[in-house]
Amino acid sequence: MKILAAALLGLLFGAGLLLSGMTDPARVIGFLDVAGAWNPALALVMGSAVVVALPAFAFVRRTGKSIPGEPVRLPNRFNLTPALVLGAAIFGVGWGLVGLCPGPSLVVLSLSPIHVGVFVAALIVGLWIGGQVIAADPNDVTILHGTEDIIV
Amino acid sequence: MSVVVPAMLENGFLQSALGGVLIGGAAAGLLLINGRIAGISGLLTGAISPKPQAFQWAFLLGLLAAGAIAGLSGRTASVALAAQTLPILAAAGLLVGFGACLGGGCTSGHGVCGLANLSLRSLVATVTFMTTAGLTVFVTRHLPGARGALKLAGLE
Repeated sequence: MKILAAALLGLLFGAGLLLSGMTDPARVIGFLDVAGAWNPALALVMGSAVVVALPAFAFVRRTGKSIPGEPVRLPNRFNLTPALVLGAAIFGVGWGLVGLCPGPSLVVLSLSPIHVGVFVAALIVGLWIGGQVIAADPNDVTILHGTEDIIV
Repeated sequence: MSVVVPAMLENGFLQSALGGVLIGGAAAGLLLINGRIAGISGLLTGAISPKPQAFQWAFLLGLLAAGAIAGLSGRTASVALAAQTLPILAAAGLLVGFGACLGGGCTSGHGVCGLANLSLRSLVATVTFMTTAGLTVFVTRHLPGARGALKLAGLE
């Protein structure tokens, strides 16, 4: 049942990305291009998504549990590290280069299998290399992330 | 209203806001039902790890299905995708993947879930990647030498 729910939620998430414009790199670049023909519409994607998700996170922070009653561990919220900033900075360069981030790339994979296929393959390699770098110094894992759920 | 609504549709404001509602609703659902964070790079890392979990693949297959269904109903890929060279796409994918791993999340994990969780880490990450993404667009779109340098490097 929970697996089916996850599949339907993935479908909903993907539909949201398609509707929002996040799956069109031209729109994404237009949003990031403050010095050009700036279209701020995509700020509303993050804005409304955060507002809708806020109560769910507040509920889980308060109760420590999901609705089925299982314990939920949320990622560390306050542990600022060099890796966080460096990683986010590198991520942003890649995002700005073509206007694709991981979620939208998976959504449009079937629509542009060759171009997006290359991006997704490289994305997976990049995630793997990052995992190797972190694993090379296990002591840093807690410093970098604070929890075993390495990626939020 | 009769003037405002078409103008908002034309610029994509309504679609963006409504799309965000669906994204936030899905993230809330995954947290409340499965107790997990809808960070796509994290789900992807888990799905290809030696110990993948069924919910990770289910959610990711849902994402893939959304695009496939849209394709069946006539949606085509943005022309902006075909305009990119494969080396640039590969470089961008590597940077996005490596950065998301090192930074502990991507647009969905930090930008949606983390901010909704009132996480300082995610706020710092989101401001950082928005800034470097904006700078990257500025350099590649507005500095005349940048395109030439990419061509020289064999990336364009």
